[in-house]
This record gives sequence, structure tokens and C-alpha cells, in this order.
Amino acid sequence: MADSFNFELVSPERLLLSAQVTEVVIPATEGEMTVMAYHAPTMTTVKPGVVTVKTADGKTERYAVFGGFADILPSGCTLLAESAVHVDELDRTILENRIDAARAELEGAVDEKKTRIEQFIAELTKLGEVVIPA
Amino acid sequence: MPSLKDLKNRIASVKATQKITKAMKMVAAAKLRRAQEAAEAARPYSQRMAAVLANIAQAVGADDSAPRLMTGTGRDDTHLLIVCTAERGLCGGFNSQIARFARDHVRKLLAQGKTVKIICVGKKGFDILRREFASLIIDRIDLREVKKIGFENADRIGHKVIELFEKGEFDVCTLFYSEFKSVISQIPTAQQLVPATAGDVAVETSGASAIYEYEPDAAAILSDLIPRNISVQIFRALLENVAGEMGAKMSAMDNATRNAGEMINKLTLNYNRQRQAQITKELIEIISGAEAL
Repeated sequence: MADSFNFELVSPERLLLSAQVTEVVIPATEGEMTVMAYHAPTMTTVKPGVVTVKTADGKTERYAVFGGFADILPSGCTLLAESAVHVDELDRTILENRIDAARAELEGAVDEKKTRIEQFIAELTKLGEVVIPA
Repeated sequence: MPSLKDLKNRIASVKATQKITKAMKMVAAAKLRRAQEAAEAARPYSQRMAAVLANIAQAVGADDSAPRLMTGTGRDDTHLLIVCTAERGLCGGFNSQIARFARDHVRKLLAQGKTVKIICVGKKGFDILRREFASLIIDRIDLREVKKIGFENADRIGHKVIELFEKGEFDVCTLFYSEFKSVISQIPTAQQLVPATAGDVAVETSGASAIYEYEPDAAAILSDLIPRNISVQIFRALLENVAGEMGAKMSAMDNATRNAGEMINKLTLNYNRQRQAQITKELIEIISGAEAL
């Protein structure tokens, strides 16, 4: 049994989860990373994707996050998400609304910003494929 | 001298008003509770954000790589004021308090020869400030349609601010809102957003902050973080405002209900006195009529 640590998933609107967990998979910008207890202190930005949490009592929960960043310490991990929902509560329309909003923003955007938004849309689309089987 | 019928009508109308104010007070109380809960729920995020920001700012230090949103443009000529007020009135001095506070600030800046730009969030503040500074208001944001303020609302304002900053439209940005102290006391507050104030960032730098690994790197995270921090600050201000508005509305409506009660008492007393006078008058008429026979 792996050691557990405290994990908190916070969105600006509320604290979604605060629990003892053994393992968290975070979709960091530079690739997915698994955080376990006694992880080296790390700070990373997070891209849209699925956060998989394995709680101390063996359950697995999945949350969809839309960007944010994570603060990882040996004693615990905090994920500050721009916006987050439990995978069960996520449906296609929410996702599509977001993609549409991003597309609207794409018009008129230039250079670096354009690439960034395009990447964001691609990530969202992928998230949709992963979470909601067509 | 109003007649008995007039008095009766008057009492009925005051009673109806009292019922309305009482209902409004109750609605405000319920909304206040919800607003307080929302503010409470948003607190962990902004706290963590402040801690993380302090941590990173320390790591990046006075490096030149620090983003301009944090260091500022180095000038102090053009000020952008974001004035957050409520969308509706009937909440005592809540809106005028914020507006007055902002107005004093604008006057001071203008006297110093600075350029001032104003963004109004909320209808009431716009209505008040328009009288004096119509030419300075560059934008107004309407949240009337919004039932419950979400992060997206604040984020949109935040984006707007950053966009303006990138265009070099202003040097210093200050946010005006009302801090929710208690149900009866809301304090108008000014908070500097850009450049991020040192006092704001350097909170509780725990000495034990270990050496972090940054992914991608500290500067990149910081430049991602600061815009987000602006949105979070605005979000917090909006939530505090809603709670304050509801608190002010509740006490204003409570006062109104009490005043209506007093008025009803006074009118009822008057009514009874007149009724009695009329009875006496009628009696005298009958008696004197009988005596004359």
C-alpha cells in the first residue's frame, strides 16, 4: 500500500475535492505526470485534460480540468484549475460550448495567440474524445 | 384635515408597502446567505493563488524576465479604474458609497494631471459616474442578465484589462469595490491590480519554501499566472460586492419596514381619534336635538 498524501482540487468557484489520495495523474503541459507521496517540489502548468485521482480507500475518481496549474510538495498537492468538473457531470454540450467560444476567440487572433488558441481547441477536442465515447 | 376614508386608504397603502419591503428583506437575506457561501467557497482558490504567486515571485526575483504585468510599464501617467457596483438600487448607500470613493480618487488623479479611464461594472455606478465623467468612461460591463456570478464573468473582464494593457492603454490599474465586513458595514476599497503590488504578492513567504522544480520554467509559469490572478482578484471583488449589496439591501429594507410600521401606528392613532370625534359629534347632535323638543 502506497503512502497517501493530501490532494486538493480547487476551482475559482469552489473546492472540488480535498482528500487523502495515493496517486494523482495530472495532464501537465509538458506531458502527463503521476504524483505520489514524497514527490519533489514541483510547480507546473496544466493543460485541458483528465485528472485521475486514486483515493486512499482505493476508489478512482476522474475530473475534467480546463487548464490551470499544480503546486506539488512532498506533503501534498494542490491543483488550481481554471475550471473543473467531475467526468460524470461533463457532457458534450458543455464541451462544445467551450470549443465554440475558443473558435470565436480565434478569429482576429494573430501569431502566438492564434497558435495557443488552436492548441487549446485541439486539447479540448481530444478531451472530448477521451471522456465521452462517440 | 383628511377624512376618515382618506386615512383608511392611506393605512392600507402603507401596509401594502410594508409587505413589499418585508418580502424584499427576506429575499435579500436568502441571497446574502448564498452570496456569503459563494465568497467562502472562492476563498481557498485565491489564498492558494496568493501563496503560489509569492513563491514564484520570490524565485524569479527582480529578474528582468518578470512579466510587465507585474513590474508595470515604469510610468504612472494613465490610470484605469474599474468601478464595480451593483446592478440594482434599493440598497441604502451601497452604490453611492463606492461611486463617491471612486469619484474622489478620479478628482485627485485629474488634479495631478494624470489621464484617467474608467470601466464601469454594474449599472448603478455607471449612472452616477456618467454625470461627471462621461467622457472618461471607456466601457461598461453589464451583469444584469447574470443570475449568479461565475468565474467566466470575471475572466472576461480580466481579459479585457490585459488586452488594454498590452495595447499600452494604461499604466496603472485599480479596482474599486466594496469589502464585505458585516451585514451592516461595507467598506469601499481600492485595490491595485497592475502592476501587482509587492504587498499583495509578498504575503507569507514561508521560509521553508523548498527549492521548486518548474515546468516549463518559472518565468513562463509566472506570465501564465499573473493574468489569471487578475481575473481571480476581480472575481473576488465581484463576489464581495454581491454579498455587500445584499447585506446593505437587507438592512435598508429592514429600516423601511420599521418606518412603515411606525407610520401605520401614527395613522391608526389619527384614524381612531377622528372616529371618536365623529361619534362624539353625532351624539351631541342627537342630544341637543332632543333637548330642543
